[in-house]
Amino acid sequence: MTTPQTTLVEDHATVALEGDIDLSCSQTVRSALLAQLRAGHAVSVRMAAVSYIDSSGVASLVEAYQLARKLGLDFQLTEVSEAALSVLRLARLDRVFPIATGSDGKG
Amino acid sequence: MSGLFDRDDAHRLVPGSTVIAVEGLAAHWGERQVLHDISLQVGSGEIVVIMGGSGSGKSTLLRHLVGLARPTAGRVEVLGTDLRTASARAMHRLRRHMGVAFQGGALFSSLTVLENVILPLQEHTRLAPATMHIMARLKLEVVNLAGSEDLLPAELSGGMVKRAAIARAVVMDPPLLFFDEPSAGLDPVVAAELDRLILQLRDAMHMSIVVVTHEIESALTIADRLIVLDGGRIVATGTVAEVRASQSPRVQALLNRQPSVPDFDPEAYLDRLTRA
Repeated sequence: MTTPQTTLVEDHATVALEGDIDLSCSQTVRSALLAQLRAGHAVSVRMAAVSYIDSSGVASLVEAYQLARKLGLDFQLTEVSEAALSVLRLARLDRVFPIATGSDGKG
Repeated sequence: MSGLFDRDDAHRLVPGSTVIAVEGLAAHWGERQVLHDISLQVGSGEIVVIMGGSGSGKSTLLRHLVGLARPTAGRVEVLGTDLRTASARAMHRLRRHMGVAFQGGALFSSLTVLENVILPLQEHTRLAPATMHIMARLKLEVVNLAGSEDLLPAELSGGMVKRAAIARAVVMDPPLLFFDEPSAGLDPVVAAELDRLILQLRDAMHMSIVVVTHEIESALTIADRLIVLDGGRIVATGTVAEVRASQSPRVQALLNRQPSVPDFDPEAYLDRLTRA
């Protein structure tokens, strides 16, 4: 995976992930997500180009979502690839995360 | 492990690669030969079920595949590592990429369920503690053990011990998983849930999975390929349909749950009963 690409528009950050999100890079993803939330930004995680995500990547998303809830910030996953969705389904997290289908974050 | 992973630090196997290659494996317990000329392959993303009755050699074969026993003869290669010649360091690296759910659980009795499950992460990764805890709790959710985190192994039922062992085996999302009699002793509902989980791990996580079992129904449900052992030899191998079509009387006896009855010799029987 390349470094997550973050685009900030006003107080809304879009973090784009791509490739395999696994043990080798999940902590980079975690840091990027937590940093945006701690800066007070709402976060959309774009996952269209995620080819695989392991439990460490999923755990990073869970931790970020929980922090967003604590801080009262919006957090959503957008354009989740089928490969990533199948992993979220395995842990029933597809029923936990706000997931939007469109790139504009609208479901 | 070159060729099996697309990057040096990757954890996911390249599709189509061979993850286990066994050639001419023989094993002895003392003087007795328990495995004879075993050759098999397991491909990435495949569920291979090793079936056989008691004493067929399936557990011995599993011990060789996970590196707990050294072969008397033949070659066992797992994720590109030759287990006959692998150094301790190579074996440590290999174990990071494989999970084993032992039949008896092999949980540490002084650790809670959560502490047992999180152990491989603490040993093999430098993830943030919060990440490790969420990963372990995710796996406990997946095996339906949520709420049991703080229990000790002695406080669990047999089925719960088995599921905790499975959670620990999969906590690192290893590309290669071994299950030793996963559904033995479980009630039918839990056993069916476990079969579903094994299929989901293959489909969602692209894991290659080797299951050793004598549970015919489970084997036929989950196997991409079956290997049937009898007397330490492979007597059938193939898809479920191919094995079902086997002409071998031993294979048919196993599939139809008929007991293995050796040729009855009344003289020998009487001798055994009356031996001084």
